[in-house]
Amino acid sequence: MTEIEPGAIVPRTRRFGRGVFLGTVLTGVSSLYWGANVWSRVSSALSPLENAIPLIPTGGWRIYTISGTMPRFDAETWRLRIGGEVAKPLSLDYRELLSLPRVEQVSTFHCVTGWTVKNVHWGGVRIADVLALAGPGATAHALEFVSAEVPYTDYLTLEQSRLHDVMLAYEMDGAPLLREHGAPVRLVIPEMYGYKNVKWLNGINLVPELKSGYWEQLGYDENAWVGHSNGYGI
Amino acid sequence: MTRYRPRFSRTERTLHWANAVGFFFLLATGLTLYLPSLAVLVGRRQIVQVVHFYAGIAWIAVLAAIVLLGDRRGILRTARELDEFDRDDLRWLIGRRPAPQGRFNAGQKLNSLLTAAFALLFLVSGLLLWFGERNTRYRFVSTVLLHDGLMYISLALLVGHLYLALIHPTTRHSLRGITLGSVSEEWAARHHPRWTPE
Repeated sequence: MTEIEPGAIVPRTRRFGRGVFLGTVLTGVSSLYWGANVWSRVSSALSPLENAIPLIPTGGWRIYTISGTMPRFDAETWRLRIGGEVAKPLSLDYRELLSLPRVEQVSTFHCVTGWTVKNVHWGGVRIADVLALAGPGATAHALEFVSAEVPYTDYLTLEQSRLHDVMLAYEMDGAPLLREHGAPVRLVIPEMYGYKNVKWLNGINLVPELKSGYWEQLGYDENAWVGHSNGYGI
Repeated sequence: MTRYRPRFSRTERTLHWANAVGFFFLLATGLTLYLPSLAVLVGRRQIVQVVHFYAGIAWIAVLAAIVLLGDRRGILRTARELDEFDRDDLRWLIGRRPAPQGRFNAGQKLNSLLTAAFALLFLVSGLLLWFGERNTRYRFVSTVLLHDGLMYISLALLVGHLYLALIHPTTRHSLRGITLGSVSEEWAARHHPRWTPE
């Protein structure tokens, strides 16, 4: 026992510990409801700083793959094959793809798991310019996008593929698309969640109707509208 | 001759090291899933994901088992110590001195409380990530943000913890307490004067 001097004040204890513990748990659990909103505000406020010093090492991206290793791009052997219901099946090499009319856009990328990357600068081609070379058949109403990461495929209706900011992107933020982002070319459809934005694209087939792609067969929505599908905003 | 006084029981030490091993393993597998450069290097995302998930479950299960099978009463006593903050603890936190401390100083109390709360939150958000990928009912826009945020804050706490435990000259003697169990009487009297061994 320590001796307590007569008249000394024994410090009164308060049970703060449980408050800290429970408060932290409650804040964490409730952030499931407010986290994204608050973070989006904080990150916009920080964006000038973020441009100068990258605060998040990933740039906000997360790399999702479905197979053992990521497809490797070889400019000599890579081809983008346009087939299915077309007048003239095509096989474009990398140089031919780059020679098509080039467009740029800045758009936001939304993943269905909740993360978002704002203001991604894409460079690439419009799907219509590629399809025009092949001549879509009259019975084709959808596009099958085939990834070099087998068996990843996904689909868009022709109508969806004509949205103004849908593109086949071969550049991201001023540089050729990186391997982890789907080199050499990926589909970009900002209105839909990332799983529709097929990476490592090497084939587009015109088909009669929309079908279930890789993630849709595992229960995700075929029409992956941001904020209005997959359990969000419904 | 230096005299020593027991500071951490076997149960406490086992709990600490099980937590540490689990945390580092989860950090390594988690970063492989999180950082694009590591993801490219390692690949095999599906396998890493499964390993990370089950390691997380095992981590929490082992911590719970240690508490249940170990010195439960001792752990309860420790929990009570962590719960109680006196005026000197509050003074200590705002940097006022003197602020004589017990077996745990106020910073150690906070670190323990946050670490425990984070383990629970890691578990909850991890389960939601896992099941949310399979069923939209468990999907929240902010789950990923919570899981990542916990990682960043834990990492910051860990860096501070490692600095004080391994580098800072006046505090690193405490490493002896969490490995061998005891610390020198002289050190205890200087850093934890209000700690009265039973």
